[in-house]
Amino acid sequence: MAVLTEEQSMLRDAARTWTQEKSPVTAFRKMRDAGMPLGYDPAAFAEMAEMGWTGVIIPEEYGGSDFGYLSLGLVLEETGRTLTASPLLSSALAAASAIILGGSDAQKGAYLPKIASGELVGTLAIDEGPHHAPEKVALEAKKSGSGYTLNGAKTFVLEGMAAGVYVVSARTSGKAGDKEGITLFLVPADAKGVERKALKLADSRGAANVAFKNVEVGADAVLGDVDKGGDLLEKVLDRARAGLAAEMLGAATQAFETTLDYLKTRVQFGQVIGAFQALQHRAAKMFTDLELARSCVEAALAAIDNDSPDTPELVSLAKAKMGDTLHLVSNEMVQMHGGIGMTDAHDAGLYLKRARAAEASYGGQSYHRDRYARLNGY
Amino acid sequence: MADFGGADLDAFRTEAREWLEANFPPALKGRGGAMYVEGAGPSGGDFGLWKKRMGDKGWGVPTWPKAYGGGGLEPAQARVLQQEMNRIGAWNPIGGMGVMMFGPTLLEYGNEDQKKTHIPKIVHGEVNWCQGFSEPGAGSDLASLQTRCEDKGDHWLVNGSKIWTSGAQWADWCFCLVRTDTTKKHEGISFLLIDMKTPGVEVRPIKLIAGASPFCETFFTDVKVPKENLVGPMNGGWTIGKRLLQHERSGLSGGGGGGGGGGMFGVSGSVPQLAKTYVGADEKGRIADSDLRFRIASHDMDRRAFQLTALRTMMESRSNQGPSAATSIMKNAGTKIGQDQAELTIEIMGNQGLGWEGDGFTSEELQAVRGWLGGKATTIFGGSAEIQNNIISKRILGLPDPINASN
Repeated sequence: MAVLTEEQSMLRDAARTWTQEKSPVTAFRKMRDAGMPLGYDPAAFAEMAEMGWTGVIIPEEYGGSDFGYLSLGLVLEETGRTLTASPLLSSALAAASAIILGGSDAQKGAYLPKIASGELVGTLAIDEGPHHAPEKVALEAKKSGSGYTLNGAKTFVLEGMAAGVYVVSARTSGKAGDKEGITLFLVPADAKGVERKALKLADSRGAANVAFKNVEVGADAVLGDVDKGGDLLEKVLDRARAGLAAEMLGAATQAFETTLDYLKTRVQFGQVIGAFQALQHRAAKMFTDLELARSCVEAALAAIDNDSPDTPELVSLAKAKMGDTLHLVSNEMVQMHGGIGMTDAHDAGLYLKRARAAEASYGGQSYHRDRYARLNGY
Repeated sequence: MADFGGADLDAFRTEAREWLEANFPPALKGRGGAMYVEGAGPSGGDFGLWKKRMGDKGWGVPTWPKAYGGGGLEPAQARVLQQEMNRIGAWNPIGGMGVMMFGPTLLEYGNEDQKKTHIPKIVHGEVNWCQGFSEPGAGSDLASLQTRCEDKGDHWLVNGSKIWTSGAQWADWCFCLVRTDTTKKHEGISFLLIDMKTPGVEVRPIKLIAGASPFCETFFTDVKVPKENLVGPMNGGWTIGKRLLQHERSGLSGGGGGGGGGGMFGVSGSVPQLAKTYVGADEKGRIADSDLRFRIASHDMDRRAFQLTALRTMMESRSNQGPSAATSIMKNAGTKIGQDQAELTIEIMGNQGLGWEGDGFTSEELQAVRGWLGGKATTIFGGSAEIQNNIISKRILGLPDPINASN
């Protein structure tokens, strides 16, 4: 655990108390079983917003507390522990980051206070295929009059059904695969020609495919500079990836602790199964990987707060190491629980499903290993 | 991370800086790793001068008590001293098992006479110590050791043999675990100091898979040891030995011997760069072999994660959060990274990475082969990787003892 300030410790403790009492895994299960259409419980999200979590990275002048990414990571780690589903990551971290980093004063004024208060959900609409590939943008934005007309489609948009505004990456020049020629737009979900379709995913979280058919937006919808959105997008994505890695750290830590408890209580052959060395060494391996991954996640979040030049590689390190670790721990959670771990009534399956979805979001392990190598010149 | 201490620490920084500039021979700048080989290191010249000066000042062991010749510095001051040494490329000429393992243990468990006799010589780097723990029949199960130590009234009589006594051929003294009670296991072990010049002590170097090595077998035949050389109570040696092993492990994991830094394998430069040289790169500058490239990236990331964890444990222990649980993983993580690097290195070198000696190979290539082989020891000594996992399971995770085992 990183060395925290007193305020950060208080925030983490508050997040832990709330998630354990108000949003345990049973709450997620209830939400799933009830088939809530947004993939999260709006009442619970409203409580999170009331506690200020949706404004942690937003400047004070726009209704936030300007408390930094490591601080928001502490909250996400706690929500990750109990699989709490909410737009905290996609809206209060990812969309908010896009507007903080690229927005004009007018855009900040229009969107940030509403994101901070929780009344508006924003999200990134970036990918167009089954894999994360932020440069492979084909969705076209054509100049028309003083504004633009958008045509194309985005896939696997997190909280895509709940969102009131999308941060859309579009091509204003060049071809799919070019980094140049990408422009980011803020597109209201109720704009004419926006059609969204809910996806039912294994992890029961909210996601949608979103089509843009002749969607007209004004020039004031451009976020940052025309054709230069690629660099801005990378910075935004790095913040989203680090935040997601923090959530994954929480999920992996809890999955491990739940499994460890089982090793200490399940009796076979007249002894607790945790006495078997075959399981002990696998537990030690998980603990080792968790400690290493935690260092990476905390370093990535701190690098963002310090505007450190090695932020991109630390973020790819964190997302890849955390992905590997969560992958291992979620598999072992099922295996070590044996038959009970295969049942829907047990939590192991919920962690396993969330693990794979989180691994894939904003780039999986192979994406980030490749990126780490590229950033280091090989 | 802000240092604490403020003005006092600034004053010490000035003092350290002035002393180092006046006393560190500039010719030795940055040559610490190459110069210092325990026991076989050069004497005299600039090295001897530097060693004497640091020994007299006590700054080779900066936090040891002044009463026994140590530097008597606070931890914060010792860090400042290290920073000032790094600043001018100076390095600590006082090292070895005496500093790393035995000294701290004796300061904790030794009596006043023992400390006065042995500590000042370690402080000055005058005496080399070796470790007599493992035996042919007592490796990972160390407590099954059988070297007998009998009470003969006015002396102890020692018979038996020790293995992996690294540096024994250069050592002046050996700290040993010996059996003083054959009816008990852990509670029958004592901690004894043996002068290697005593009649009946015989040392045989061991040739390893990598060729010559610092490891030895040491035989004790009717060796008479003075009564005052027992450290701690009779049959109370196991506790002391375990404490000493903690010092050993924390030293091995620090990216030095453990291989987190990779320096011990004699390969300079980065693995990716080496791969570009031997394997080539594509038009985008990527390592040409994509399978190798991904494995190198994984290794590179493991190394970074290890370094970040070392940094985190240091910050946590400084911030009064208490010892970090992450410390327990460092030996296994660090040694694995070192071995991975060595494996990748010879693979990258291809056939050039398979030379044993002679023409046709650069010295770097030959070193890579020896380093690859020699590095296999790192997951065996100092508590094998499996023993480390047992320790994590038991001490950190609170899992019960495996059946039929006791450690």
